[in-house]
Amino acid sequence: MKKILGIFGILLAVYLGTWMLSDIIPGRQSFMSDFNQENLIRRTALFGIISIGVAFVIITGGIDLSIGSVVCLIGCGLPWLLSEHRWPVPLALAAVAAVSLGIGLVHGLMVTKLRLQPFVVTLCGLLFYRGITRGFTRDQTQGFGNEFKELRSLATGEVPLPFVEGFGIPMPWIILAVVGVLASLFLNKTIYGRYLLALGNNEEAAKYSGIDTDRMIILAYVICAGLAGLGGVLFVFDVNSAQPVDFGNFYELFAIAAAVLGGCSLRGGQGTILGVIIGAALMQVLRNMITLVDQIPQNIEYAIIGAVILAGVSVDELVKRVAARRRKWTGTEGEAG
Amino acid sequence: MDTDADSPLLQVSGICKSFPGVRALHEVEFTLGRGEVHAVIGENGAGKSTLMKILAGVQPPDRGEIRIEGRPVTIDSVDAALNLRIALIHQELNLAGNLGVGANVFLGREPTRLGLIDEGVIRRESKTFLDMVGLSVDPATVVGSLTVGRQQMVEIAKALSIDARILIMDEPTSSLSQHETKQLFTVIKDLRSRGVSIVYISHRLGEVKELADRVTVLRDGENAGGLSRDEINHDSMVRMMVGRDISQFYQHEQHAPGEMALEVSGLRTPAHPETTLDFSLRAGEVVGIAGLVGAGRTELLETLFGVAPALQGEVRVAGEVLELRNPIDAIRAGIALVPEDRKRQGLLLEMAVRENLSLASLRRDKRRGGFLNRSSEREITSEMIERLNVKTPGDRQIVRFLSGGNQQKVVLGKWLAMKPAVLLLDEPTRGIDVGAKREIYGLMEQLAKSGVAILFVSSELEEILGMADRALVMHEGRITGEIARADLSEEAVMRLATGGDAMAAAG
Repeated sequence: MKKILGIFGILLAVYLGTWMLSDIIPGRQSFMSDFNQENLIRRTALFGIISIGVAFVIITGGIDLSIGSVVCLIGCGLPWLLSEHRWPVPLALAAVAAVSLGIGLVHGLMVTKLRLQPFVVTLCGLLFYRGITRGFTRDQTQGFGNEFKELRSLATGEVPLPFVEGFGIPMPWIILAVVGVLASLFLNKTIYGRYLLALGNNEEAAKYSGIDTDRMIILAYVICAGLAGLGGVLFVFDVNSAQPVDFGNFYELFAIAAAVLGGCSLRGGQGTILGVIIGAALMQVLRNMITLVDQIPQNIEYAIIGAVILAGVSVDELVKRVAARRRKWTGTEGEAG
Repeated sequence: MDTDADSPLLQVSGICKSFPGVRALHEVEFTLGRGEVHAVIGENGAGKSTLMKILAGVQPPDRGEIRIEGRPVTIDSVDAALNLRIALIHQELNLAGNLGVGANVFLGREPTRLGLIDEGVIRRESKTFLDMVGLSVDPATVVGSLTVGRQQMVEIAKALSIDARILIMDEPTSSLSQHETKQLFTVIKDLRSRGVSIVYISHRLGEVKELADRVTVLRDGENAGGLSRDEINHDSMVRMMVGRDISQFYQHEQHAPGEMALEVSGLRTPAHPETTLDFSLRAGEVVGIAGLVGAGRTELLETLFGVAPALQGEVRVAGEVLELRNPIDAIRAGIALVPEDRKRQGLLLEMAVRENLSLASLRRDKRRGGFLNRSSEREITSEMIERLNVKTPGDRQIVRFLSGGNQQKVVLGKWLAMKPAVLLLDEPTRGIDVGAKREIYGLMEQLAKSGVAILFVSSELEEILGMADRALVMHEGRITGEIARADLSEEAVMRLATGGDAMAAAG
């Protein structure tokens, strides 16, 4: 809980700082404009969904580097099926769902049954799905043109707020809320969530306690790839067209960064869904800041993001160490038995 | 006091050291003379290893003084210890298994020429040290390909290469064959005659009797006494180590065994596929498995628990034939295992006491669609904390911060919550203090009384002699004999454990 407050504090600080530097001091309204705020929420929601997915894998002590390429495969594949091959909508959606869940299943099987390292499996996935997508699309941009407006409103639409004009809750935010609540219930209120945390903490001990650890790990990869697929659908609905060469590039790293900022340890066994969502929001506000604040050159974006993540993780580690030391001196001391 | 030729080579006084929840050493005194083999003995958790780690600079003491030849010294790092020519040979060997013998001898101090490692010098010089320990292998041989006994000789050669005058050996024979042990003794005696002082830690009293010039006994982190050469005998050592009548410490009483609980026939484990195992256990029986490290005892328990499924053979619990492919199968049949290495296989160290205690029983919540039943979880947890007398500030305490004994109680509690019919315990009291030990024996006793069949592996003979209704002795994957409580003695167990005659083998 303290951790969530901490990351929320950072989010607030960056948010207010950006407002200050981009709007108040230059005396204009770009950051706080309805358009920008709505867009910020929309992007946060989209990245939040894929970040929740990777959080499950990170909690097991694994990693998924293929997310960006899965976003690309699904994001290009869906318009390819709908616009180019004229598949009926339900069939196309079922197909992309099956493909993304299938990818997760294959990753999970390779990690558990073949005992391959998650890093290697999903790094190969990163290359493989991108290559496949560029192959079947022949590098042609995929999009919906003027069609499928209703379907696209899943990402572009908004739910109007009563008594507020010109500003609505973007649809992806509603989807994120549903995904987040379900993920949070699963992680904290069911035995399976407990099993995931337990095996992330110590896989061998979990196995020795009668937990089918392989099955739980496979499930985590399926959730991750499934949410990456959902993300791919929503991302392409949002922007309308996708280029196979770079659609979803680096998204896995933004997702992993959000999860880590949100309190997931790459050693496994730790993480909260709310923290991950706040982490995703922080990433988007940061990117927004770099775009809008004149003093920051656009081209050092990655350097700033890298520095902020590193700082956040270091501070967290220091705080943890101090807390552990304090605990050592109180609590159990003086008990010789 | 200044430097003085008459002062002992090493003198330690008033050493104190605490870990969270445990007082490991309290006002410990220790003196080591030149060219002396000085044994330090004591039960597990008595503080032997901590004292040695302090001498070798692995851990700093909280308080106390260390003098070498009368001069006070500070040993705050392994480097400092090496500069004082003190070398520690660890229980688990510290060698780079992928490198050659010579490279290991000079690891960290490689002779160089023009900035490159000088293989020629390594080859020539390591050869001399290898000769000193009677190891005739090519210095280029990869260490990982040697037997454990020979690897240990490499460690000793490494110590000699820094011209160590104090050599600390922590349980050096725990994984050696009899033949290798003999060789080690020859080397130790040879080193002594060269003037090297040796601190020898062991709980094999026979070895101590053969080697030691002097014995220091530790108990519960304090000095429990010392013995000079002519006072060293088995009884005096045991009395000092235990500090009380053994019969009082082990509260075991035999009761009428019940129904057949566990029957094992023709079992082949993956670790020792060449042998078959047959034995049985009745409800309420406590059976100990004795043997040397590597005799296949842990592997037997792991096969019974489904971690390493059997290649062949039959296991029955309460008459029913089981297929044990994984721990889930075993748990369903009422078999529970408290593993040897609780930190690796028993505990979620970074999680709370509550989450550890409930872990194995959560499966019952599958009936509720997998949703956790928090109130029943809290109930089980507080019941177990009370029943096992787990000393913890609360059930949200992270397990890592508990003492070894309380951690072990948490592992036990995890299984008691599911009421096992057969309880397998692998070294149930390793590394825990005497108080917790007694509580765990009490608990085993209480479980046996309530009809649980208990099968435990132990390397501590006292524990086998004190707790078992009967003992199975293993050697190189085979059960070499079975000894009834009335006939249990240290000699009888050791003879079978070292592969001596199998005359006591009975059905």
